Amino acid sequence: MINITEANKKVVEAFMEARPVVVGTAKAIEVIPGMHKDLFLHAGPPITWERMAGPMKGAMVGALIFEGRAKTAEEANKLLESGQIKFAPCHEHASVGPMAGVISPSMAVFIVENKTHGNKAYSGMNEGRGKVLRMGAYSTEVIDRMKWLNDVYAPTMDAALKSAGGVDIRSLLGKALHMGDDGHNRLDAASLLFTTTLAPHIAKVAKDAATASDVVRFMGENALTILNPVMAACKTMTDAGANVEGSTIVTVMARNGTDFGIRVSGLGDRWFTGPAGQVKALYFPGFTVNDANPDIGDSTITETAGIGGFAMATAPAIVTFISGTAKDAVQTTMDMYEITYAEHKYFTIPFLEFRGTPTGVDIRKVVEKSMLPRVNTGVAHKDPGVGQVGAGVVTPPMNIFEDALVAFAEKYGI
Amino acid sequence: MAVIKAQIRTGVYYDSAVLMQLQRSLANLPGVGDAGVIMGTDTNKELLERIDLVSPEVTASRENDLVIVVRADNEKTADEAIAKVDELLTAKKATTETNVRPKSIEAANEILPESSWVLISVAGRYAARVARQALAVGKHVFLFSDNVSVEDEISLKAEAAEKGLLVMGPDCGTAIVSGIGLGFANKVRKGPIGMVAAAGTGLQQVSSRIHQLGSGLTFGIGTGGRDLSEKIGGVTFLMALDVLTRDPETKVIVLVSKPPAPKVAEEVLRVARKAGKPVVVNFIGRTPISRQVGNLYFASGLDDAAAIAVELAKNPPAPYVAPELGLKRFAKGQKYLRGLFSGGTLAYEAQHLLTEYLPKVYANAPINKDNKLKDALVSVEHTIVDLGEDEFTVGRLHPMMDNELRIRRLLDEAKDPEVAVIMLDVVIGFGSHEDPASELAPAIAKAKDVAKKAGRYLEVAAVVTGTEEDPQKLSAQIEPLKKAGAWVSTSNEEVVRYVGSILQGLNAVATVEKPAATPIDLAVLKKPLEAINIGLESFYDNLKVQGTPTVHLDWRPSAGGNEKLIGILERMKKYE
Repeated sequence: MINITEANKKVVEAFMEARPVVVGTAKAIEVIPGMHKDLFLHAGPPITWERMAGPMKGAMVGALIFEGRAKTAEEANKLLESGQIKFAPCHEHASVGPMAGVISPSMAVFIVENKTHGNKAYSGMNEGRGKVLRMGAYSTEVIDRMKWLNDVYAPTMDAALKSAGGVDIRSLLGKALHMGDDGHNRLDAASLLFTTTLAPHIAKVAKDAATASDVVRFMGENALTILNPVMAACKTMTDAGANVEGSTIVTVMARNGTDFGIRVSGLGDRWFTGPAGQVKALYFPGFTVNDANPDIGDSTITETAGIGGFAMATAPAIVTFISGTAKDAVQTTMDMYEITYAEHKYFTIPFLEFRGTPTGVDIRKVVEKSMLPRVNTGVAHKDPGVGQVGAGVVTPPMNIFEDALVAFAEKYGI
Repeated sequence: MAVIKAQIRTGVYYDSAVLMQLQRSLANLPGVGDAGVIMGTDTNKELLERIDLVSPEVTASRENDLVIVVRADNEKTADEAIAKVDELLTAKKATTETNVRPKSIEAANEILPESSWVLISVAGRYAARVARQALAVGKHVFLFSDNVSVEDEISLKAEAAEKGLLVMGPDCGTAIVSGIGLGFANKVRKGPIGMVAAAGTGLQQVSSRIHQLGSGLTFGIGTGGRDLSEKIGGVTFLMALDVLTRDPETKVIVLVSKPPAPKVAEEVLRVARKAGKPVVVNFIGRTPISRQVGNLYFASGLDDAAAIAVELAKNPPAPYVAPELGLKRFAKGQKYLRGLFSGGTLAYEAQHLLTEYLPKVYANAPINKDNKLKDALVSVEHTIVDLGEDEFTVGRLHPMMDNELRIRRLLDEAKDPEVAVIMLDVVIGFGSHEDPASELAPAIAKAKDVAKKAGRYLEVAAVVTGTEEDPQKLSAQIEPLKKAGAWVSTSNEEVVRYVGSILQGLNAVATVEKPAATPIDLAVLKKPLEAINIGLESFYDNLKVQGTPTVHLDWRPSAGGNEKLIGILERMKKYE
């Protein structure tokens, strides 16, 4: 007979004891398990080309142009419709991607290694805010930046990371949470820590001074520089707790812009999906809710691991996303304690007397209390090619937790 | 010799202020000379070198490593100090934030860990589940909600009894704990009187009157109106009575209820008799037969109950000492009374008084027709026969003049192995037999002998009615009866209460005792009240006004009220 308590304990222990270190970069096809030249990974649960959201379609078009397999959007679309290009969720290939989350075979990815359990996870280079591929933009400017990231930035990062002996993400995040980051939407502190840690090594390993200068400037200007390594780090944490018999802890929360999907440790690789929600957001000048695509991206892996929206109480600087008061930020975190299994050992919240962040979403608690996980997220334009239009908060649909609970009862004969 | 021990933890980050505090806590441990808790940067390591707090591990540490190093009197102390680190790092402090509205009892409990009460006033169909959650975290429950099923009430109270917790209710309107009113309650001063009430406004009326009369309450414990029904069996009532019995500050106990189920009433009174302090009883609408029996005081109404209680608290009576009943003398299986009367009124009064002791007494001239003997010649269980009734006097003298029939019946009853006590009346004076004792005393001796030979003890108790000036002379009648072994008194009531007490004692021993509830922890009950409120916000406001630390739960029905999901969640609890 299963013991849910023991199983869950095992899962959250694995989440917390995982010690992800970002060790280098490489081309996706060289390192991601199961990657091949026609496979294009995307965020969220599985999806067909027909049901794919605008920003994800845009990112796929951009990726084909980037790969040199299409010259124009029309060419790319034809190829994508032909069925020759295969799609799969990043999550099914030890990877994660923000927003559209598209990873194509020759894209450079960070390699994050969990030193405790030995598993690895991968995520691409972050392009910064605004018009970017992950938001579905594919203009020349976007593709050019992708090429620079792949050809200049990534190799420099790889050498710098090796020179530094890797960067310990768990330790760095613990510190960043005390500097006002939530670990998802606000990564200003973490990105700066990452930049200052690597800068001396970049100076040492870069091809020339100009390259070093470009790379360090790009890192310093992009408050989301560390988002992808952080996501991959969270992925190694939750993967370490995946597939534990009898556990009701959620190991994946991810959206593809059409569906929101979760996976539960005790239910293996099965996805439970429902419609992706509309983000309650603040919009960039000139955009409104009518421009917004529904919830998209794998970045909810941060909340899955116990930070992001769950650590809202530690990030008062971004309370504007939720209503503007620090009290609501605290309430958000307090609410998340209600649906999680543990308090994080290493991620703590000074304002709550250094209480650990709420960690390990328990489907039992979500269903019982009708309380959903709170996710902090960016918002993409609903049409391909435009990009980010705002940021805010969102929750998954309730039915996926209910479905998972019913499936759990069926699987274990409860 | 001092030893230096170090532990390195890779990949953790703590703010330097936290580490400094930890360092101070470690250094303050007995036997620890010095301690360093730092991140392994070069600057920090230099600091440690300066105070000679280094080891090879410390030197090898890197800037992302947490270094814990102690110098202690011996190895064991050093290890123990290092082992303390996690405890110190995770030590929980009370959250400063009190405006937060938790969504579950567990979360509310984190905010108010000292609370020992949960007030529940959610819709009835959810109430039992919420109450169960409260019991699961070890809280007493004030259950205001109504429409809770009897089955749920039974299971809730069984669980509570096992844990030594109170479930007041369902449908409990009122309680007073540590001077604080829960639900609907009056501002009643603290004082020496403890109340248990299965009637909400009854509690309010009596406690208010007690206050008006200048006294006050230790506790006013509500039980809900159904508690004293046969199905529930007075679980809460009895637990409350027990805790008030043990509370030294409660000098007088008041029990108020609408008339309980007879069996439950009997049990409540049995326990009350053992309280060792005065217990005032008012079962509303039931006229008391006697004013006082031992330590029990029967009030004629709510106002009377308050007045008696206040008086008893002011002028405590001498502690009541129960008479020695000698229950051990009886053999197993002896449990019935047979009353063989010559006087109709004495027989009638005996039946009436015995209602306070025995559930049912059969008679040929019964006080109510349900108790009518089918055959006056054949006794059934507890039986009182009036041998002066017409059926016995046809063709023979009245038993006050002729003892023959009574003596024959006395010897018959003595042979019955289930008979423990036989009661007789001896009425003398003009017109009666010239010397009844001369015939009855040898018969009594013989009856007792019959029982003795069969390995039993038979108690014979007699009331003698008459005066010294009577032709038979009162003392001359009493003397031989006593010599024959009878227990004799000139008061019918005294004899009835004596035999009533014996039979009550024998029958209580004979019935299977219910598994005893775990006693309520008196110390917890007497703590200043802190509570979690679920449901009506006005109850939360009331507690706040009374200065009570309270958390109001932002409650919603489990799983949105979806029965299938609720069922799964319930069943999953077996796998926890």
